[in-house]
Formats: sequence, C-alpha cells, structure tokens
Amino acid sequence: MRVNFTVNGRAEAVDDVWEGESLLYVLRERVGLPGSKNACEQGECGSCTVYLDGTPVCSCLVAAGQVEGRTVRTVEGLATEDGLDPVQEAFVECGAVQCGFCTPGLIVQAHDLIDRVPDPSDAEIREALAGNLCRCTGYEKILDAVRLAASRKAVSS
Amino acid sequence: MTTPLRAPREIAAPGNGGVGDSPLRPDGTLKVRGEFAYSSDLWIEGMLWGATLRSPHPRARIVSMDIGLALAMNGVHAVLTHDDVPGRKHYGLDLTWDQPVLAIGEVRHQGEPIALVAADHPEIARRALKAIAIEWEVLEPLTDARRAAFDPTYPQVQERPNPARYQPVRFGDVESVRDRAEVVVTGTYEVGIQDQAFLGPESGLAVPREDGGLDLYVATQWMHNDLKQIGPCLGLTDEQIHMTLSGVGGAFGGREDLSMQIHAGMLALRTGRPIKIVYNREESFFGHVHRHPAEMRYEYGATRDGRILYADVEILLDGGAYTSATLNVVGNAASLGVGPYAIPNVKIDTYGVYTNNPPCGAMRGFGAVQACFAYESMMDKLGAACGIDPVTIRQINAASQGTPLATGQIIWAPLPMAEMLEQARRLPMPAPLDASDIRNLPGGASQTTHGEGVRRGVGYGVGLKNICFSEGYDDYSTARVRLEVIGGVATALVHTAAAEVGQGLVTVEAQIARTELGIEHVVIHPADNGVDSAGSSSASRQTYMTGGAVKTACEAVRQELFARVPGGHTDLSLVGGKIVSESMGVLAAIEDVLGEDAIEETRRFHHHPTTGMDKRTGQGDTHAQLGLCVHRAVVDVDVELGLVKVVELAAVQDVGKIINRLSLEGQIHGGTAQGLGLAVMEEIVVRDGKVRNPSFTDYLIPTILDMPPMRLEILENADPRAPYGLRGAGEPPTLSSTPAVVAAIRDATGLDLTRVPVRPEHLTE
Repeated sequence: MRVNFTVNGRAEAVDDVWEGESLLYVLRERVGLPGSKNACEQGECGSCTVYLDGTPVCSCLVAAGQVEGRTVRTVEGLATEDGLDPVQEAFVECGAVQCGFCTPGLIVQAHDLIDRVPDPSDAEIREALAGNLCRCTGYEKILDAVRLAASRKAVSS
Repeated sequence: MTTPLRAPREIAAPGNGGVGDSPLRPDGTLKVRGEFAYSSDLWIEGMLWGATLRSPHPRARIVSMDIGLALAMNGVHAVLTHDDVPGRKHYGLDLTWDQPVLAIGEVRHQGEPIALVAADHPEIARRALKAIAIEWEVLEPLTDARRAAFDPTYPQVQERPNPARYQPVRFGDVESVRDRAEVVVTGTYEVGIQDQAFLGPESGLAVPREDGGLDLYVATQWMHNDLKQIGPCLGLTDEQIHMTLSGVGGAFGGREDLSMQIHAGMLALRTGRPIKIVYNREESFFGHVHRHPAEMRYEYGATRDGRILYADVEILLDGGAYTSATLNVVGNAASLGVGPYAIPNVKIDTYGVYTNNPPCGAMRGFGAVQACFAYESMMDKLGAACGIDPVTIRQINAASQGTPLATGQIIWAPLPMAEMLEQARRLPMPAPLDASDIRNLPGGASQTTHGEGVRRGVGYGVGLKNICFSEGYDDYSTARVRLEVIGGVATALVHTAAAEVGQGLVTVEAQIARTELGIEHVVIHPADNGVDSAGSSSASRQTYMTGGAVKTACEAVRQELFARVPGGHTDLSLVGGKIVSESMGVLAAIEDVLGEDAIEETRRFHHHPTTGMDKRTGQGDTHAQLGLCVHRAVVDVDVELGLVKVVELAAVQDVGKIINRLSLEGQIHGGTAQGLGLAVMEEIVVRDGKVRNPSFTDYLIPTILDMPPMRLEILENADPRAPYGLRGAGEPPTLSSTPAVVAAIRDATGLDLTRVPVRPEHLTE
C-alpha cells in the first residue's frame, strides 16, 4: 500500500508498504530516519517515541496505515538551523548520553514534558519519563538534563 | 557495492579537555540528533534481511529437517543449515570451539540457532522460518547444576565433560582452626539469572566484496576475538574480513560472544548480496549469554569479638550448554570468593558446569558479583551473631594495602576500605518518608495503602573486582596515533580497535591525546581491524589498557617530534600547541616543526603481568588491578504488601585518578542501577530449561521511578602501576549495590533473604 504523511515538515508518499509494518519500520527503513530506535518493538522501552500529531507515541505500536494524512515529528526534527533544541543540548552537557540508544526517545518525551509543564518537579519528571528505559545511566544525569533544559527554556521564553 | 549509507565515520573531538577535565562526549551531538550510526541503522542498496530459526526445546534431537517449502517461497534467496557452514562448524568465546554455528543433529538449549534465511523483507524471512519443517525427538533437559557438578552418573550435556572448570582455593589451614571458632555462621545463597538487557539489539550488516572477502559492520566488544572465530568458520583469512565497529547500544558483557556475525557472513557469501540482521527483543534474550546463576554455601568461624578465623565456601555456577566465559567466571568467583577481607584460613571450591539451562557468560562484574552477594550477606550475619554493627564488623576484617587475598596475592596498592566504610556511614541520611505523597511510598502510584506497613532499613555492601584480564592472560591494547597539520592546525588522529560501547572511551582517548601532545584537535578514527587488537571492552579495562596504549603511542609521537627540533634539547615539552624548552621557553609551534609531514606511531600496551591460579591451591598473583566500591542503601519496605522502594544509594569508590568526572559518575550510577536491578527486580525465570519471560514486559529493569538519588564520594588513591594511577571503575559498583540493598531490606524486615532478586513473596511469608 501507499502511505502519505508528513514527517519533520516534509511530505512523504511511501510505496510498497506491507500492512503489518509499524510506523517505526517505515521511518527507519523506508524514509531514511533511523533516529527513532528499535530497542524492544513492543511498547515497553520508549526508545522509538515520536510525536504523532503533537502527541508522543511509541512508533513501534503505530501501524503504518494509521499515519495516513497525519503529521509525525521525530528526534531528527527537533534541532533547527540555529542548532540543537535545549533538551538535546542539555542531554549532551549533563552526561545524560552514554550508549545513546534510549536517548532519542527520552529527548522527545522530555521535550513534550517541558512543553506541557515548564517547571517540572522531580516527581513530575520521573512520572513523565517512567516509560523510557535506560540501561546505562541510572537516570541521575537524565534528571539533571531535564532540569537544566527546563530552566533554560524558562529563561528564554 | 561499497560503503553503506550511515556507516560509522570519523568523529572530531575539538575542545580543550585533557586528563582530569570533563569534556563532553565527541559523539554526543550525533546521538542526541538521532544521527549516530548504530549497528541496526545500517542500510545499503540491494541488501537482504537475514533471520534465524531457533530451537523451541532445551534438549532435543533433530530427526529430520525439510527446508524445501521455505526455499521455494517468493522473495526468499537462501536457506542455510550446518551443511552450509563453509569452514569450522563450531566457534567459542575463549576458543573452546564447542558451540555449533548452526545445530548439528541436536540442540542443547532453547533458542539455539538451527537454520538461516535471507529474504527481501523481514516478514518474508519470518514466514520462511515458519515454513522449515523439523521432526523432533524431544529429550528431558539436564537442568540440575548440582548433579552436573557432583553426580558422575548424570548424563553429559556436550562433548566437554562436567565440570567445565573446578577451581579450589586453599589459603592457611581451615581444619586447624575450625574448633577454635567461638562463633560459627552458615548461609546458603542464590543468585538468579540476570540479563544484560542492553537496549540496542544484536544487529549488523555483512557486505560481500568482489575479491571474495567480506566487510562486516557489527556491534561487538572485542572485534579481534570475533575475527578469530568468524574467519575459520567462514573459511576466510583475517585479511579477507574487514570489520568496522558500528554504533553499540550498550554491551555489559553480552556482546563478548558472537551473535549474528557468522550467520550474516554465511548468507552474504552465499547470496552475493549485503545481509542485514536485526534481532527483536525476544530473540535478543536468546541471542546472547546471561549472568551465571549461582548457588553458594558459606561457613565462617570467628572469635567472639568478630575476627574471622576461617571461611569454608562452595560456589556453584551454571553456565548452560556451552563454555562461553565460564572458565573465567569460575576464576573470578574463586579468587574473590571472600572479597576484600583478610581471612587467615580459606577454603573455596568453585565449580562451573554445563546444563541445558540458558547459556551464561560475561556480564558486568562476572563471578565477583555472585560471590559478593554471598560474602556480604555473611558479614551481616556474622556481625549480628557477634553483636557488632555492619560497618564495624567489616572494618575489623577489612583487607588493606599489604594484606593478602585468598589467593595469597599481596594487595600492592592503597585499599582504604575501613576509611571508605566510615565515610559511607557518616554521609547524611535522606529525609524520613513523607507519606503525604503516595508516589513516595513503595509501589508508588500503584500503592493501595497509606503506608501503615512501611518500615525503613539501612544496609551496607562492599565489592572488590579484578580490573583487566587475570590469570596470566597476555592482555594488551594497541593504539595508532598520527600527528599532522590539517587546515593549519596540529591534529591527532587516534586509531584503535577498541569498542566504544557507551562508556565514554572515545572521550577519554581524546583527553589523553590532548594532554600528551599539548594540542586541542583530536579526531577519533572508526574502530576497525586496520589496527591490531585492543582487547575487550570488559573487565573495566579500556581506560587502563587502551588509554595506556594511546598514552604510549602519543609519547612515541612526541619523541619523534622532539627529534626534529634542531639543537639537541633535552628539556622539551608540548604546551598549548607549542614546543617549549624548560630553559629557553617557546621554541616553535608544532605546525612549524611538522610542516607537511605526519608522524605516525603504533604502540602496544601491556599491564603488569599476572600468573595463573595453582590448580590445587588457587594461589598466585592472578590479578592486575583491584577496584573497590562501598555502598550504603536506604530502603522503605511495605511489609504487608511486600513492596520495596530504594530511597537512596550512596557510593564511596576509589578510582585512583579521575580521568573524566562526568563519565565516571555515569559509570558508577549505571553500575549501581544494574546492581539494584539484580537485588529486587531482574531475573530470567527458567522452568525445565525454558525461559518464561523473554520480553521487557516480564523481565523488568529499573525505570526512572525505581532508581533513587545516588550520592557519590570518589577517592583518588593512585595505583602506582597504572597509567595516571587510574583504576577501572565500571564494575565495582555493580558488585556492592546488590548486597547493600538486600541488607537494607533485611534491616527493615528482620527476614533472612538468601536469594536475589528479592521478590514480594519473599517479604510477606
């Protein structure tokens, strides 16, 4: 089948999609956006998190056909010509990235949190990121990064 | 066919952070942008998808196999079995060659690879696997590790007999002091099977070359050891395989053994097309070895004032069907079986056995992790029996510089364990439970009470880990450093085969090059086999070993550069891009001396030599370095519901020298988290040789809600033998956090708790 959708501001018409493919597979293997990660492909780890019409979803749980006519924003679509998004910047600066496989999903999820809750408490950060597994960091520096990104966004807005 | 899209590439590491600074990861920006090329991200025109048929049975004979239907399917390009293995039909991590590339007539564990498919689409490949018809003779699996070790009538699992390794340790004379003990404590402890659960699944790309060779892009921990196995199995020489490390999504020991490397190579050679293989999570649980489960029997005799007179220990490790790292896991468990305690009389018997349970091998802290849970539990038990608090009982028996380990090896570097325990004890305590917010309670938002049954507990754990390879292994790393002027600026290109698995090795390599060469611009070459072996990214050894190799190669480059400075100076150094004479000041810019030339030096670095363990006594100078970590855990336990919340985990670790504080803290945090997972969450549940929970739905690793704040105290007591005095740091915290958490739960509940992970039912009995 053909699937038409917008990803990171670009219109895509993807042909020969098998009905069983996930949005994650289409992004990674058919439109050249492997930033969203394939850690569990069963909705447990959050590493494939993308925005679908502005809402964070596990792209591994979205059937390709479900995105017909809709808008997707992936980790590759967060940085602008001016540089990294503050969340991306904070993850690098705080040491929140080790192997980095969980990072794209965490960044999208944290990006959404800070949009909704400009000054999140630690409890709110933990709750928002509870669906994103990280095996390397023990999460301490991820908390640091989200706090830093939130404070910078508060200053700049 | 040449380079795949999104292939690993050189990473520029600009900036000015040398040794001791905390420059940011040079690959960090690529990773946060989603542009870092992990092994599952690779793509090349014309590639096919490989897939693996695995055994549903832990022990069975293959009566017949029919691949005809699968081969006839549209979109299927090849179906291969053991008949198609071009070279040696077995491989093995420590060159034991006991693991079939594809099953030959029988299977010895659930998930053992049987056949391979190459197809146009992963779904076609999956359907083709289902179309392979196998007639089985299912046999009763051999799952009793104790019988495997001690019952000579128990059937053999594979050609190598049980036990895979038996290692005794005899220090002093236990029998001579046994009746002098005023206090005797005993315990039997169990550790369940833990999984590395790295997030990046086993994956990679094999690209056939026109000259008959192969380009392999994979995620591994030690490519040269992979190659020693891949080449013979594929019937290719080392020169015919070019291996490039692709982005590694975590490792933790689980990528020491081969997974898809030979399989992708076979399919690529057969089809003449590039082959991509990516495991899904369920397959990943079968695609790598796990942490050995252990059963450990301990008896300590002591004086009434808490001095241990003897330790009598038996450690039984179940390695599953194939050898993998079992021989070294036994060595670690045996040599560190009583940990960092000065015990005058020690008897340790350690066994590693073959069974039809899931294959086990390397995972962060291997061998030492299992023993640490037991010996730390014993320290608490002894303290309780003597009426001595947990910190003091450990201090009374603490080893230190100059005292011998159970192997007789004298601890040659500072080991201020008693002081570290004191430091841990004196750290401020976290605030008392605030039950007004349900999220603070054990169970969090799922809590069904108001915390009436919640009790707080505090516990301590100490772990001692050997760093680098032990037991006389010829352990080395290699680095090539090239200094040249690029765009008018002196730049060092650092080339090693060492695996960056997330730990931050690329950051440290650049720091060392900057410090040794007095420059800012460093470029990290992709890790490949165009340079000699770096050894494995395991045993907490890469900062020491590859860091040491980069340092040594830089020193050679520096000497060559100095030789080009006219005047025969003997007091030169490199500072801020300049060649500086101590007596005459700045002589020249590096760029002016180098001109159009490049200076390139390749050096091999060894650590201090070690010896083997004596076969009968286990005695020997077996370890190259020791790392120590002390944990204090504070927990809240709901004793009515059996729920645990770890409130805080504080660590005191001696790292010799902080090379990069930011990365180091990440290692201690992450290691601590995996220890917490083993304490209260993580276990591969096995029944009759079959894994019951191969998914992240049922195999739980700590989330951000499970992890507490972690307070760190980092000490720098240099190891005089190591580069910059540093100590490997990644593993020790994984040892000590598990017993600390369990001790805290015991403190809260008064329960004995002899098995990890501790489950709710253990707390409500």
